[in-house]
Amino acid sequence: MSTHSTRLAARLMVAPSVILLFVWMIVPLAMTLYYSFRFYRLLTPDRTRWTSFDNYTWFLNSPDFWLAIFNTLALVGGVLVITVVLGTLIALLIDQPVKGQGVLRILVIAPFFVMPPVAASIWENLFMHPQNGLFAAFARGFGAQPILFLENYPMLSVIGIVSWEWLPFATLILLTALQSLSSEQLEAAEMDGAGAVSRFRHIILPHLTRAITVVILIQTIFLLGIFGEIFTTTQGGPGSASTTLPYMIFKQAIAAKDIGRAAAGGIIAVILANIVAYFLMRGIGKNLDA
Amino acid sequence: MGQITLKSVRKSFGDVHVIPGVDLEIRDGEFVVFVGPSGCGKSTLLRLIAGLEDTTAGQILIDGKDATDLPPARRGLAMVFQSYALYPHMTVRKNIAFPLKMAGLSEAEQAKKVEAAAKVLNLTAYLDRRPGQLSGGQRQRVAIGRAIVREPAAFLFDEPLSNLDAALRVTMRQEISELHQALKTTMIYVTHDQVEAMTMADKIVVLNAGRIEQVGSPLDLYHFPDNLFVAGFIGSPKMNLIEGAEAARHNARTIGIRPEHIGVGSGPWEGTVQLSEHLGSDSFVKVQVDGIGVLNVRAGGEIGVHHGDRIRLNPEPDKIHRFDADGKAIR
Ligand SMILES: Nc1ncnc2c1ncn2[C@@H]1O[C@H](COP(=O)(O)OP(=O)(O)OP(=O)(O)O)[C@@H](O)[C@H]1O
Ligand SMILES: [Mg+2]
Repeated sequence: MSTHSTRLAARLMVAPSVILLFVWMIVPLAMTLYYSFRFYRLLTPDRTRWTSFDNYTWFLNSPDFWLAIFNTLALVGGVLVITVVLGTLIALLIDQPVKGQGVLRILVIAPFFVMPPVAASIWENLFMHPQNGLFAAFARGFGAQPILFLENYPMLSVIGIVSWEWLPFATLILLTALQSLSSEQLEAAEMDGAGAVSRFRHIILPHLTRAITVVILIQTIFLLGIFGEIFTTTQGGPGSASTTLPYMIFKQAIAAKDIGRAAAGGIIAVILANIVAYFLMRGIGKNLDA
Repeated sequence: MGQITLKSVRKSFGDVHVIPGVDLEIRDGEFVVFVGPSGCGKSTLLRLIAGLEDTTAGQILIDGKDATDLPPARRGLAMVFQSYALYPHMTVRKNIAFPLKMAGLSEAEQAKKVEAAAKVLNLTAYLDRRPGQLSGGQRQRVAIGRAIVREPAAFLFDEPLSNLDAALRVTMRQEISELHQALKTTMIYVTHDQVEAMTMADKIVVLNAGRIEQVGSPLDLYHFPDNLFVAGFIGSPKMNLIEGAEAARHNARTIGIRPEHIGVGSGPWEGTVQLSEHLGSDSFVKVQVDGIGVLNVRAGGEIGVHHGDRIRLNPEPDKIHRFDADGKAIR
């Protein structure tokens, strides 16, 4: 029951936090917007001035820009596909009653607790390293040349590393969703003549849609800003092969010390995130309605 | 066809022997009710027949063919679950059509059968709703609809009415009975509600700790209980069981007399009224009878006895059940 006065009271009570969050968001955004129209290089601070859209034109015309957009989307899309598909399969597997289920689940969740740069270093040095890496050892075991992951397939390698980090998150959310499916529903489907594949397709998957939507939305938010893994492994290279939008902004801000261009890149990243969010919400947002 | 035979079927969960051995013959078209106290293995037995649990030992024959190791889908049985187990993301239409779709029927055939089932069950107006938008009784009907479209050899019901309120339960009980009259398909129905068992069944199977205590028609069980357990379980209010000198006078370890078979007024037993409940049509009177103990008596609605009154009771002599030391009936 919400009368007019209780609604008003509710609004008054949430107002402080809403205002705080709004200020928290709007101040950095306004400052970024401000700097994006300034010529502002830390190496020549005395030449700071207004430059209208120069920073934006530079960014949009930069040879790396479209590659960076493509890489960013490929990273987000690739990791989403891998984590959702593998996450569903692993969740199905570890939902089965097996011995040592508790330990198994902790093992599956473990990668999530490894910090991104550490995870990336582990992959770079212990798995993908052409001399000391595990994969190289395998390749030599089969008499093949070790694959130069970070040199020849930099973007795929980064996608692989980030997927490994986010797989536990997807698995965990999907597993809990799976456990909330009533066994009677599955039994009913079994009696109705549905085989394992049909049960997955008609009962389990529809039950999981909401959880999958949550996984996609949350992961997208974090994946758009992935930086540490690239910084630790490929440094955006070779050349610009694995440069994403956040990494490009970093290069402008820290390497080139050009705050104006970096700010313009930041605004472009905000626009990109909103475009992605718009399509996501239009495409799968309705799954969240009860 | 829907003839089901259980041959020394056993079921254990690890070390727990839930069903130590059951032999049962269910004829085609029969309405069989499993009753028994909670945890006695009714659901387990039903799920064994359905194929949702593996039998530990023994054989299950459906229409004479060994079905012990057949998967549930291949047994040709349909089950209605206590929780209904409807598919929440599908409309009523899709729910009912699901088994047909799985059987690979064409869209047109599916639609025809769904419409027919919906008509029988008064669901036509709700076909495009989702289960979440239906009342309990309507959900129950959808679950039944999903079962009947398959034209199964037998229906299995696991306490289908226990989530409904009392009034709706009576209506649904009658609807299921009518459905049975119309379809003439074998039905196996699990309940622990006496009234459901007595009113619906052609044959009642009384279970206790995974064992069959007695199989028979409702009136058979009422008039001729084989043992103390059935005597105490069938009938409401419960049969009075008397031990000691009074039983010895009848050459038995225990005698039983139903509350409705004790007259009030004159008779050999005398006692003090402890409690009398007047329901209008009947009165339930609890009497402390001298030398025998507490007896429940069911008398007419007009009887005017109250706490503390001394009354005389008269058991109908031919309605006294006698049991030996093992609890078996002496006939
Ligand atoms: N999966 C299982 N593992 C171990 N024991 C079980 C399992 N399922 C059932 N049991 C046991 O088997 C016995 C019979 O259970 P069942 O569900 O058949 O009882 P029921 O007669 O249907 O009872 P109710 O009337 O309460 O539904 C119970 O003692 C129960 O604890
Ligand atoms: Mg049960």
